[in-house]
Amino acid sequence: MTLDKPVIDTAAVVHQRLTGRRVQWRELAFETALLLMLLLSVGVLVVLLADVIAASLPVFRTRAGDFITGQLSSSATTAGVGSSIIGSLALTAIVAVLAFPVGIGTAIYLEEYAGDTRLARLVRTNIRNLAGVPSIVYGILGFAIFVRFVDAVGLGGATNGRNVLTGGLTLTALVLPIIIITASEALRAVPDSIREAGYGVGATRWEVVRSHVLPAAAPGVLTGTVLTLARAFGETAPLLLVGAVTGFFTLGSSATLLDRFTDAYGALPVTVFAWSRQPGDDFRALAAAAIVVLLVVLLTANAAAIILRNRYERKW
Amino acid sequence: MSESGDHVTTRATEQPAPADETSAEAVETHPPHSPVTPIFRVRDLNVFYADFHAVKDVNLIIAENEITALIGPSGCGKSTVLRCFNRMNDLIDIARVVGDVRYHGTDLYAEDVDPVEVRRRIGMVFQKPNPFPKSIYDNVAFGPKISGFKGNLDELVESSLTKAALFDEVKDKLGDSAYALSGGQQQRLCIARAIATSPDVLLMDEPCSALDPIATMRIEELMQNLKQDYTILIVTHNMQQAARVSDKTAFFNVEVDEGGQRTGHLVEFDETGKIFTNPAQPATEDYITGRFG
Repeated sequence: MTLDKPVIDTAAVVHQRLTGRRVQWRELAFETALLLMLLLSVGVLVVLLADVIAASLPVFRTRAGDFITGQLSSSATTAGVGSSIIGSLALTAIVAVLAFPVGIGTAIYLEEYAGDTRLARLVRTNIRNLAGVPSIVYGILGFAIFVRFVDAVGLGGATNGRNVLTGGLTLTALVLPIIIITASEALRAVPDSIREAGYGVGATRWEVVRSHVLPAAAPGVLTGTVLTLARAFGETAPLLLVGAVTGFFTLGSSATLLDRFTDAYGALPVTVFAWSRQPGDDFRALAAAAIVVLLVVLLTANAAAIILRNRYERKW
Repeated sequence: MSESGDHVTTRATEQPAPADETSAEAVETHPPHSPVTPIFRVRDLNVFYADFHAVKDVNLIIAENEITALIGPSGCGKSTVLRCFNRMNDLIDIARVVGDVRYHGTDLYAEDVDPVEVRRRIGMVFQKPNPFPKSIYDNVAFGPKISGFKGNLDELVESSLTKAALFDEVKDKLGDSAYALSGGQQQRLCIARAIATSPDVLLMDEPCSALDPIATMRIEELMQNLKQDYTILIVTHNMQQAARVSDKTAFFNVEVDEGGQRTGHLVEFDETGKIFTNPAQPATEDYITGRFG
């Protein structure tokens, strides 16, 4: 069977076909629908942000410095977030020190050493499930275990174990699965050809991991960790259970460093929670201002993560 | 990836065979009139991936300072066989190697053999150039560093790059990323990296398949020079390449059983000239004349 000789259009017909613009209604409708969804999602965020910022303006306009450095107080005119910021930073530091090595170590073992055994698969699946457990459950865990543990080892202080150490441990347990998952994904993204190259010149497994896999995965691991720390910074529910205080507290001028870790502590998101439950417009303004501070810290962390990723990202 | 692949080794009862021994199998597979000493003796090599029988009953004798080409259609197991020579298959959890691969008389799959030491002596160049995401210098220096090289590292890097015919092109930018090089340069860098640990043997798994003809030609010339110092085994899809560069050629083919399992086996192993002009097996002739594959 032979193909029919193609019909040759005249130049005029070709010109008309190529240039005759027709409106593609389906294309247009689809694009418009997508744009509407974008506007809806961004719009909600913008309204929320604008509302919070507008509500916080009285505080920042009249006593910005005093608010940033001040202590928690039952009086709206003197209350500030200083102690809460310090508490939140201390919590985040504890999480970083504990969760970073443990999480990355776990990820390295699971990805580079454990192989694809049934047990390893079971562990991986369960870590994924743990990452989806609601944070309040970790709060109960912290309340049931970490509070007693910290008190039992003599670091309970005046709060009998409901202190910043316990909060840090609880948040560590909360973010550990997330750090493991993001670090695992970063390690898995390193192509096997790099590992083969390492083994091919006679490297041991640890030499391959240390010299090639980890440096190649570092940008992804770092980005994931920074984002996870930001999540820990903003977490509220579990801290309510392990003793972040919502009311006034102060440390004596004779307080030692150990006291700071074993005594009562505040955390920024918990402060927001506490103030937003207070009656009266002045506390609502304080809550809004605290939210703004929280958002600034979180956005800074996210920006740092993006800069880190862009600077060290590699392509193969 | 697990280092502890499951190896079942069928130990030969006799001691490592002396070089002049001619067992029945050796007569079959050792090319006639070969004046050179064998470096590898492969006996009854079988490779499995889980239940899949990938390669069946391979017997081979590889001579020192020669280039041996492994050719055959896709899926015939030639790369799998190549990876048995430096225990690269260990890295695949489900791979299982049965049989005897003797290197200078030592069974590479014996219990007490350290695969890391094996790979220092038997270097490998991969199908896709895979430099480390590091500087040119560090790519070459990594192997010697981890194997405890005590001499002058700068000199070693220079001599390795010179042997790989790359030094002149990169001498002013040794600190630059290896990823800034072209594909052909990257592959020569990988060759430099492989020879920096002063191995005996170079295994090359389709080293030119990702390269253009000019880069391919340069690698082929390089192989001819390297042959003075190294034994080279090369897997290639390109029959002209096998004909051009190799001294011996091993032709592998696939056989499909009733269940649809595709198992590779060695069809014929001989002088390259003979394989390409007067092969003993009809399957070899069909393949090299382009009737299949």
